[in-house]
Amino acid sequence: MSRIRYTRRFPVAVLVAGLALAASACGGEAADSTAAVPAASSAQLNPNADISKQSMAISVWPGYTPEDLPARVKAKLGMDVKVALHDTNEVIMAKLTAGSDTGFDVAFVSGQYAQALNEAGLLEPIHPELIPNLANLYPEAKELAYDKGNVFSVPYTWGTTGICYRTDLVKTPPTSWNDILDPPAEALKKVTMMTTERWLALPAIKALGYSVNTRSDDEIAKVKAKLLEAKPKLLGYDDTTFGDKLKSGEAVMVEAWDGWCPTTEKNIKFVVPKEGSDLWVDTMVVLKSSKHKEAAHAFINYILDPEIHGWAAETILYKVPNKAAMDSIDPAIKTANAPLQMTPSQLLAGESIIDLGEDSAKFTRLATEVKAQ
Amino acid sequence: MRRSRALGRIVFLGPGLIYLIVLLLVPLALLLSFTVFRRGRFGGIVYELTGENFTRLIDPLYLDVLLDSLKIATITTVIALLVGYPTAYLIAQLPRKWKTIALVAIVLPFWTNFLVRIYAWIVLLSGPGLVNSTLMKLGLIDKPLELLYNQGTIVTGLIYSYLPLMVLPLYAAIEKLDPQLREASANLGARPARTFLSVTLPLTLPGVITGSLFVFVPSFGNFVVPELLGGGRSIMVGNLIRDQFLTARDWPFGAALSLALIAVLIVLLLLQAWSARRA
Repeated sequence: MSRIRYTRRFPVAVLVAGLALAASACGGEAADSTAAVPAASSAQLNPNADISKQSMAISVWPGYTPEDLPARVKAKLGMDVKVALHDTNEVIMAKLTAGSDTGFDVAFVSGQYAQALNEAGLLEPIHPELIPNLANLYPEAKELAYDKGNVFSVPYTWGTTGICYRTDLVKTPPTSWNDILDPPAEALKKVTMMTTERWLALPAIKALGYSVNTRSDDEIAKVKAKLLEAKPKLLGYDDTTFGDKLKSGEAVMVEAWDGWCPTTEKNIKFVVPKEGSDLWVDTMVVLKSSKHKEAAHAFINYILDPEIHGWAAETILYKVPNKAAMDSIDPAIKTANAPLQMTPSQLLAGESIIDLGEDSAKFTRLATEVKAQ
Repeated sequence: MRRSRALGRIVFLGPGLIYLIVLLLVPLALLLSFTVFRRGRFGGIVYELTGENFTRLIDPLYLDVLLDSLKIATITTVIALLVGYPTAYLIAQLPRKWKTIALVAIVLPFWTNFLVRIYAWIVLLSGPGLVNSTLMKLGLIDKPLELLYNQGTIVTGLIYSYLPLMVLPLYAAIEKLDPQLREASANLGARPARTFLSVTLPLTLPGVITGSLFVFVPSFGNFVVPELLGGGRSIMVGNLIRDQFLTARDWPFGAALSLALIAVLIVLLLLQAWSARRA
């Protein structure tokens, strides 16, 4: 869930990201208009390569993998791992598309960004024979719209967006996105929606029965009208502190990512509205420029180990698409955090967010129009 | 003689100049050069010339945001001036010891992180916050006032943040003022108001302009305050620029917006330089 990593500490991170952007400002884009589909058969990898002689570098969101990951990998696989951090998808995209070798072997990006990187010809196809732990994944994890069959990406975490609300302050539990867009009297001006463009639009898109990946100008115009109608009834747009606002009672109902709804609090619940929602996935990809592709695959295989993948579910409370890992986590954690109990088929009912290429500008404009008025 | 003086200048100016060129001018030039290129399909830059980014600037949507930011920054500056001038004037009249204490008190907030201070306003003004809960306990109101998440709160936050930048240059200007001039004015029969308008104000005008600029410039480009105190309900040009870089991955248009922002500020700086020269 990508932006979460930056929104959690939003302003500081944005300032840092701004500096990082300035630092990488020379980044152009080498492989753009080609939108090449990667060569089907990349060079064969050697399954017997001595990976303990290789070393590799990954880029990941802060706090998204265990702090001692390099030591764990070293102990298990004998190779060195260097960890670089990126706060947002956009920052790592800027680095990876800059046209020169970044030195990264594996990067963590959200699904729609993996798709964009692949279309830009920057990804090494996944060699399943080098990742036996792929067998640990739910079958549903191979059905993700941006990459059916895990051709160029391996899912790390997944989840959805819904309504997080106070059971003690809302009379009837919300069931529909319309409860956010047109809140009942007790929730008037006590509702927040997210501010990042695709999620800002989500409630209206789903309430109108459109696709989260719509490119239709006509549909987007109707979405805009609905969002503007809702605006006076909202407290504000927020994807940083909605959990706190809910806890303090300043907000009683908020649009929220599942992993971010503080359901451990007694009176706070999470629900996916009946009109449906999205499905977000954070993935691992191997870069075409990687010089240690065997090591990269061994690393991904290690991450898919139930113990290490279960760490993500237990520690950051995001669901992982790994059956063995989900089965292994402490049931008490699942009881305390209801969203962890969502099944893969419930998740798959959500619609995968895909990269819209040029058309993504339509959502940027929509968000600007809604906020500027 | 002449040569050694030139050499001295280079030696002393050198580090500062290199710093400015490497860390300010070069990145800025690079950034601004992006304005003539196109956004790539996946973000990034395609090196194909286009004027699109400039024509988009005059799109009413972005013009409105720009004008709105100008309005907010102007209101902030005017109020900061109205509050800051008397403050600076009073401080300048204080005995030496108290002057120092007052000046330290003005600068003190800067020792706390900007974000922490902004969050403190949220704690004060939110629905269940300190102000509302106190008023409710006193029985003055029966439901919380909507103190947060509107343009008024944005202006309040900006004034609070940048008021010291108004007071300090004003203080410097007023302090320099020779008291004998005011006495002379009074001796010649001018009332205090007349003395202020004809003597004090014109002589401290450079301070007024510098202070106003110090408040206007950061207010105009601010994006944290509208996001946090404005609840994201309205945006300023700073938010627009940040969104282009960090969410829309449209660097060329972000660069064009930055250019527009810089252009406005350069005009203001030129005005300030011109007025300083006249004074």
